[in-house]
Amino acid sequence: MVNLASYLSIAAILFCLGLFGVLTKRNAVIVLLSIELMLNAVNLNLVAFSKYGLFPGLDGQVFTLFSLTVAAAEASVGLAILIALFRNRGTAEVNEMDLMKR
Amino acid sequence: MTAYIWLIPVLPLLVFLFLIGFGSRLKQAAGYLASLAVAVSFVLSLYVLAEQWMMAGSFVRQVSWLTAGETTFSVGLEVNRLNALMLGIVSFVSLLVHIYSLGYMQGDERYGTYFAYLALFTFSMLGLVLSPNLLQTYIFWELVGLSSFLLIGFWYFKPEAREAAKKAFLMTRVGDVALFAGMILLFWQVGSFQFSEIFAAVDAGKIPSGMVTLTAILIFIGAMGKSGQFPLHTWLPDAMEGPTPVSALIHAATMVAAGVYLVARTYPLFEASETALLVVAAVGGFTAIFAASIGLVQTDIKRVLAYSTVSQLGYMMLALGAAGYTAAVFHLGTHAFFKALLFLAAGAVIHALHTQDIREMGGLWRKMPLTGWVFLIGALAISGIPPFAGYFSKEEILLATWESGHPFLFWLALAAVFFTSFYMFRLYFMVFAGAPQKEGLIRPIGREMSVPMIILAILSVVAGWVNTPWSHGLASWLSADQLTTSYAAPAFNGWITVLSVLLALGGIGLAFLMYYREALSPARLADRFSAVYQVLLNKYWIDELYRVTVVWLAVQMGRLLQWIDRWIISGLVALAGMLAAGVGRLGAGLQTGQVQTAHLVSVVGLVVLLLILTLGGVWL
Repeated sequence: MVNLASYLSIAAILFCLGLFGVLTKRNAVIVLLSIELMLNAVNLNLVAFSKYGLFPGLDGQVFTLFSLTVAAAEASVGLAILIALFRNRGTAEVNEMDLMKR
Repeated sequence: MTAYIWLIPVLPLLVFLFLIGFGSRLKQAAGYLASLAVAVSFVLSLYVLAEQWMMAGSFVRQVSWLTAGETTFSVGLEVNRLNALMLGIVSFVSLLVHIYSLGYMQGDERYGTYFAYLALFTFSMLGLVLSPNLLQTYIFWELVGLSSFLLIGFWYFKPEAREAAKKAFLMTRVGDVALFAGMILLFWQVGSFQFSEIFAAVDAGKIPSGMVTLTAILIFIGAMGKSGQFPLHTWLPDAMEGPTPVSALIHAATMVAAGVYLVARTYPLFEASETALLVVAAVGGFTAIFAASIGLVQTDIKRVLAYSTVSQLGYMMLALGAAGYTAAVFHLGTHAFFKALLFLAAGAVIHALHTQDIREMGGLWRKMPLTGWVFLIGALAISGIPPFAGYFSKEEILLATWESGHPFLFWLALAAVFFTSFYMFRLYFMVFAGAPQKEGLIRPIGREMSVPMIILAILSVVAGWVNTPWSHGLASWLSADQLTTSYAAPAFNGWITVLSVLLALGGIGLAFLMYYREALSPARLADRFSAVYQVLLNKYWIDELYRVTVVWLAVQMGRLLQWIDRWIISGLVALAGMLAAGVGRLGAGLQTGQVQTAHLVSVVGLVVLLLILTLGGVWL
């Protein structure tokens, strides 16, 4: 039986995987990918609630489209920044990007 | 015209403000401006005095200043006979000193500042005299103290002048604290600072008699500080470090007489307490003889005059304590004239010779005849030789003391007459007679210096005639104030007059023998009575006594407080600072710059927050 709980569980697992990636991975590209994973977990929640929630409707799915668009834009900006950083500093390792401290 | 009385003190104030700003650019004009303003004040004061002389009534004008609770404090001015007389004396002597200073201070670097301070003093003193209540009196009382401080330390590059200014400020402050305490006690008892209301309360017996005595004595301690009465007298001789015209105006004629004026102004309070009167009389009588005895052996011309001032102020206090109200006010007036004259003449001598040591002077009679003449007149006046002014006022004091039933104080005062004439003529013979001790250029004195001296010399002769034993003009005139019942002059007593004049002549004669004829050698006398001589020369070691007691105590206390401040107070402050710095360092350690660490912390924070919200919902 497929119900709200299973969708939410999948979304939670996805979110945690993404969070783990964000917090542990050294490579900035992987970190970006993990962020996308977390975003998609959220999108999944939206869709699940839109179908099985208290007030089913299309709102959640429409919002998902918006959030996908925003995520795409964000990913492109993020990648652009990453490339610029790589050119400047010759590395894509997150732990070496510690300019905030200095 | 009475509507313009407020201009009398305000004009010098305006000049002070102007000269403080632009005095240095005006050069010579600064002096003329200040003199002009004081001259206008003098003319107005003279008008007020004339009006009072024509038997106009006294009046009070005031506006409310501030309201605290149900009490309204007011400022304003009061004119009565006593005030009018003081107004005249103060503005007149001030004007003469201003004019004299035009010559005396010529070429001084801070010429403009000098006149600014002098104007500030004139403002404060005139304001003090016009005050209708104790609070305003106190404010001006402190202002005259401030201007005295500024003028004593006017030549601040001299270390002695700096020290003297500080000493004067601190010593008078001792008295002022007592005055302040007395004032607060009176306010507590009466609920008003107004002189008239205080007197009414005293008259009606609303204040317990012990309290009357206490407040009167506290006010008298304030007066002692200002008037240089024993034991608060040591600042006055040191104050001679200031320019000589300042000594003449502030430390001889007016400010030091403010103590006498204050006691006279609050006389009903003193009259209500036998004890207070006795204290005033005893302190005054003792100071009179004490200071005069020190004056016998001093060698600095200005210091001799300073001790003489202390002694004469003691006479005035003695008169007040002996119910000789008129005598005290009378002596205040005559003393203002002849002592200012003596100081101005001494200033002319110092101006000419550039020394203050009388052992280096001599034979000036030929070179400075005018100064010699006026000094002689001043010396005769202060010695109490008829018909000079000092004779009449001193006579009144002696008579009042005799009648009041203090025979011991009377004999002290009589002895002081002898001392006074001796040290004055010792000074006179050493400075003006004999052979010149120091060859050198005698700087001529200008007309702006000689004219004030001549005017004061004339007054030193005639000022006594307003209140002669056969017509008590001043007494009956002053009695219109109805401050007290003791206006009435004491009965004339032939033998006292004869005795005092003989004593004065004896003092002159002894000085003549010792310092002119040199029949008696002062050095041999000093040898014979070397113990007495040393005591007098060292001013009874009062300064030294203070240094090892009060000053030592104050310094140790200051050290202790400084230690507490440095180690305890500053320590606490430093501790607080170190605490903040430590917390900051700890926080800085958390900040690694690693974006993932920061993220982890925020996630943990979020989780903790969620946990609290879900589990601990009950508390929220």
